[in-house]
Amino acid sequence: MFAQEFMRNALIAGTFVGLACGLVGYFVVLRAQVFAGDALSHVAFTGALAALVIGVDMRAGLFAATILGGIVLGLLGERARADDVTIGSFFAWTLGLGVLFLSIFTTKSSGGNGTGGVRVLFGSIFGLSTRDVRISVALSVAACLLLLAIARPLLFASLDAAVAAARGVPVGGLGLGFLALVGLVAAQASQAIGALLLLGLLAAPAGAAHRLTTSPFQGLLVSGTLAVGSVWLGLTLSYTFPTLPPSSMIVASAVGVYVLAVAAAKVAVTRASSSHPIVGSRSS
Amino acid sequence: MVEAAIFQGLSWNPVTDVRELVSFPFMVHALEAGTIVAVMAGVIGWFMVLRRQTFAGHTLSMIAFPGAAAASLVGLPIMLGYFGFCGLGALVLAAIAGTRRSLGAESAAIGSLQALALALGFLFVSLYHGVLNGLDSLLFGTFLGITSRQVEVLLVVAAVTVALVAFAARPLFFASVDADVARAGGVPVRLLGFGFLLVLGLSVAETSQITGALLVFALLVTPAATAHQLTSRPGLGVALSVALALVVTWLGLALAYFSIYPVGFYITSLSFALYLLVRIIRPLVAGRAPSLAPEPA
Repeated sequence: MFAQEFMRNALIAGTFVGLACGLVGYFVVLRAQVFAGDALSHVAFTGALAALVIGVDMRAGLFAATILGGIVLGLLGERARADDVTIGSFFAWTLGLGVLFLSIFTTKSSGGNGTGGVRVLFGSIFGLSTRDVRISVALSVAACLLLLAIARPLLFASLDAAVAAARGVPVGGLGLGFLALVGLVAAQASQAIGALLLLGLLAAPAGAAHRLTTSPFQGLLVSGTLAVGSVWLGLTLSYTFPTLPPSSMIVASAVGVYVLAVAAAKVAVTRASSSHPIVGSRSS
Repeated sequence: MVEAAIFQGLSWNPVTDVRELVSFPFMVHALEAGTIVAVMAGVIGWFMVLRRQTFAGHTLSMIAFPGAAAASLVGLPIMLGYFGFCGLGALVLAAIAGTRRSLGAESAAIGSLQALALALGFLFVSLYHGVLNGLDSLLFGTFLGITSRQVEVLLVVAAVTVALVAFAARPLFFASVDADVARAGGVPVRLLGFGFLLVLGLSVAETSQITGALLVFALLVTPAATAHQLTSRPGLGVALSVALALVVTWLGLALAYFSIYPVGFYITSLSFALYLLVRIIRPLVAGRAPSLAPEPA
């Protein structure tokens, strides 16, 4: 398996992208911003197709669109927190734009019947070149370092925004920066597993980590580990059974891990409540 | 009638243009189907926005895609796949909502469900060799290829779902606005919540055949969100939501007919432009006459 260059590239890029998704995802779930992550994944689709239509590098479109999208979402949500209706209306329109670019792209390129669109939607982790991998690793490491640098104040702001603001933590700026960071990671992940599927790597390992532990730094560790593990498992499955697409297998592994974690947490809670009937309360 | 239909392009004379639009059977079917879908999406979307279940609605609309892909893989009618998967999705979403966990944990569960659905959809599509050309139409719909048989099915499903919502409208409104008080008043809140998700799933499955799995959401959320901005009165709000959905659908279809760009682009852009307009104008009007448009607390 490691003898193949495309497989080595996929494993290296997948590991770092998975790690970044797991770490950022932990905060996305903590801040209840999974829907914003969902919106960013659609923004990624539109951005990449726009780049294809204009004729510039797809990566440029991806990064510009998702980072800008993150900032727009942050500005829209500043007054009313978790305004899912505004997010929804915004990205329904983004999708409409994406469809427009897709139709222009498919009529312009007579040979490829929409494969560009499919590549954007579902990724192409086995098609990464060595240069792609290098860029991908560098950006993922940068995203992880940035996140760890702001982790403490971000955690404070996420858990109790009012108290954090009173203590002088720049809550609004942190939120905005965090969404831009989610955009950066989303652009990375949509190259590997596709714009439509990156939500799986963002939400599932982090959701599992939140079920398994309440300690934040342990949670970050668990979330990152589970995300990387899911990428490895998915890639191995897809390598062993070549008919199974890698992005589907990665996301299916991540969701499988999530379901196992929920079940494990349930078992732990019932066991604790049967031995200590007073302590047995549901984790909220 | 088919023989008489010639594409003439936009003449800027409204009477001639509308006559040309309805001279093609495929446009008549598209307009009929669009009207049915707009009415239904307007009604159900209003309740979806009221109940803050936009994310759940979006996830249900995504689940329609693997449903269609699975049906075409196995060789069953695609409609069966849409309805089967959306019904199943509604069940799972109701179970997730029933656990009453924190907002973050609930949205993580919904997000995982959506990602799994899309992963399965892509898996089915790649297992079904050579369907990649059809992928775009599974995702983005075939508004202009609707048969009269499909219009009939749409009409039946829309009548059933709208009737169900109308029947349960009062308790559903009560349960959506204040679940605790409604529960104390003897309203079966959980049952209503599950029933609503099932109706939402049905309507999404139906709409996805027209606008495609990705764009269903546009008709469900944006007109309803605009209506909620304009009025907080339930009856007026639902009527407004339906009217807005109808206008953007008709205009979108007409614009798509007279240009080369896809209908989904026009429908989403028109409805988002309306939403933005209302968002910008409303504070100005409210600032001038606060007694007429009170801010919700």
